Amino acid sequence: MIKATVFIPCFVDLFYPEVGVRTVQILERLGHQVDFREEAVCCGQPPFNSGLHEEARKIATRTLRALERSSVIIVPSASCAAMLKIFMPRLFEGYPEYDLAVEIRDNVYEISDYLVNHLGVVDLGARLKGRAVFHDGCHGLRELGLKRPPRELLRKVKELELVEASDAEMCCGFGGTFAVRFPELSTCMAEAKCATARDLEVDFIISCDSSCLMHLQSSLRYHRSSITTLHLVEVLASR
Amino acid sequence: MKSIHRKFIKLSRRLIQDNNRRQRIRNALKGYEAKRGSTIERFQNWEAARQVAAQIKWEAINHLDEFLPQFVDNATKNGMKIHWADNSYQAQSIILDIAQKNQAKTVVKSKSMTTEEISLNSALKKKNYTVIETDLGELIVQLKNEPPYHLVFPSMHLSKEEIGEIFAMHFDVGLTHDPETLTQIAREQLRLKFLQADIGITGVNFAVAETGAICITENEGNARLVATCPRIHIAVMGIEKIIPRMQDLALFLPMLATSGSGQHLTAYNSLYFGPRKTHEQDGPEELHLIILDNQRTTLLARPHQRELLHCIRCGACLNICPVFQNAGGHAYAAPYQGPIGSVIMPYLRGIHSWKHLAKASTLCGACTEICPVKINLHHHLLDLREQAYRLKRNLLENSLFKLYTLYALNQSRFRPILRLFYYLQNLHKFIAGKPFDPFRRWCLRRELPRLRRHSFRSFWRRQRKNLPRLMLK
Repeated sequence: MIKATVFIPCFVDLFYPEVGVRTVQILERLGHQVDFREEAVCCGQPPFNSGLHEEARKIATRTLRALERSSVIIVPSASCAAMLKIFMPRLFEGYPEYDLAVEIRDNVYEISDYLVNHLGVVDLGARLKGRAVFHDGCHGLRELGLKRPPRELLRKVKELELVEASDAEMCCGFGGTFAVRFPELSTCMAEAKCATARDLEVDFIISCDSSCLMHLQSSLRYHRSSITTLHLVEVLASR
Repeated sequence: MKSIHRKFIKLSRRLIQDNNRRQRIRNALKGYEAKRGSTIERFQNWEAARQVAAQIKWEAINHLDEFLPQFVDNATKNGMKIHWADNSYQAQSIILDIAQKNQAKTVVKSKSMTTEEISLNSALKKKNYTVIETDLGELIVQLKNEPPYHLVFPSMHLSKEEIGEIFAMHFDVGLTHDPETLTQIAREQLRLKFLQADIGITGVNFAVAETGAICITENEGNARLVATCPRIHIAVMGIEKIIPRMQDLALFLPMLATSGSGQHLTAYNSLYFGPRKTHEQDGPEELHLIILDNQRTTLLARPHQRELLHCIRCGACLNICPVFQNAGGHAYAAPYQGPIGSVIMPYLRGIHSWKHLAKASTLCGACTEICPVKINLHHHLLDLREQAYRLKRNLLENSLFKLYTLYALNQSRFRPILRLFYYLQNLHKFIAGKPFDPFRRWCLRRELPRLRRHSFRSFWRRQRKNLPRLMLK
């Protein structure tokens, strides 16, 4: 039996708890013994991206310590996985936690990466009726290079028709504090993505990032759209 | 100088309201992307080409102390007159001096971002020289008295209807929207100017150390006329334009064209070795080359930022940038717009006034992915944010992040507050969008995400065993 720790990022914890639950479900179905470390609250990305490295280090140190004893760490958020894998060592360059950050980096997996590239599982027996587009979150796509895994998983979902949007790789406009700092630009970008999805007449926008989905969903709701946003794990866990 | 920041906000808001223009720019850039995609396929291995290009630029920039003198030596031997300018002001004075000595009246220019950087046109106009831009796009924005919108496509924001109106207003021609007729009008207007001009000013795309030649690439042929018709040719380049060898052009010319405009090769690629030789029949009598520093050596002295000097100004990062696509080039208020502008302007002109540009990005990384010389643009933006924060802290932002840090370090203590927020959010709809709504800026054409009654943590803690069933509510 594989022991796995789930790392549930701050906003998933508060706004999308079901994403955490589905992640646990999927791993348990695959025979994992799932563990959760309460002290690991946040990867430190929000202050890190805003330039507050000192604050980011405080948060990240606590998370690193909490995850220290785990050899498999699963993250249902590509953006936070990228923080742990790519940016954490950078953040701790020249600090005592650097070695720990480097050590943990290799144990962190974004969920689709883990399922497809590590376990070699693509068919989870999921079923979801409808048409969907996949939105590539920028961190998953460009920092982690995860273009293929989520699509492979989605193609095996019964009754789900996956269509490719021409702007699948385009940013949704969230960008953390960017969405707050530049609300006009940020909403424009979300609206453009939602318009493409609407033109393709899809029922779902699926992504590996709840943060992107939060932003797209905010825009969809405001415009009274019938399109639903779903995290990949919600699709994979559906029967 | 908070004004540049305000200008960004103001102009980006205005453009967002202009749906037609935004759509037009998006369509233009989509067309470019398709073209670029198919041109890249003609490369045997685009990624390998990027790697080699990045290595050559690394070599050139990291050995600038050898290549720059080598270039200057060879260029001098070829008969070029070399001038060094530390800053914009010096560069302007050198050019004004040359103009004065030669009793020039009219100056024709081909497109050059470096001359935009040193505000050459306004300096020349102040001394009563007639300055005519001869690149079609550049001419259009000059007539409209606007700065270039994009460092490769200066008038991409204007429709053919708008261009027709500008031409009808400035030239003695009827109103037309036909692109071919408009191009013909510009051509007729410009031909005489080339012959009348005393001085021609160009930029430089590459300066080859091995031979001391400067390379200029263009699509309309105007740069050739600018560089050959007038008696005097002045070229302006930043120190970073050096490449070591002639053979490097075999890679950089197709790469620049592919990344910049999706072409296999730019229509005209010229190499200038110097002024007219005694046995030659045409060409300028003097060729002056102004080599500009303007804070580039500051970048050179910073090992982590040095790679910003690798940029070949292809404009690909602008084309792909979702912020540029929506905010528009004028919002940057800078000669270099888009991601590359956002990372170099703070170093060229001071981080204090320009740090807002680093924040005007979602850090999506599309720019880094597309950059032909592999500059890690979005990581430089992250760097700049950190520097900016150390320089000056925004009180509100600072306190919010401090509060967030407290939460992340000790979230269980915040449980009652979160519970309170959970109930309070139901009341938000009554104040949504009102002036005292703390989430007003978020709620512009967006709803607020809703806090959930139970966090994942509380599920885990209390209901671990029944977890799946509970979530199916």
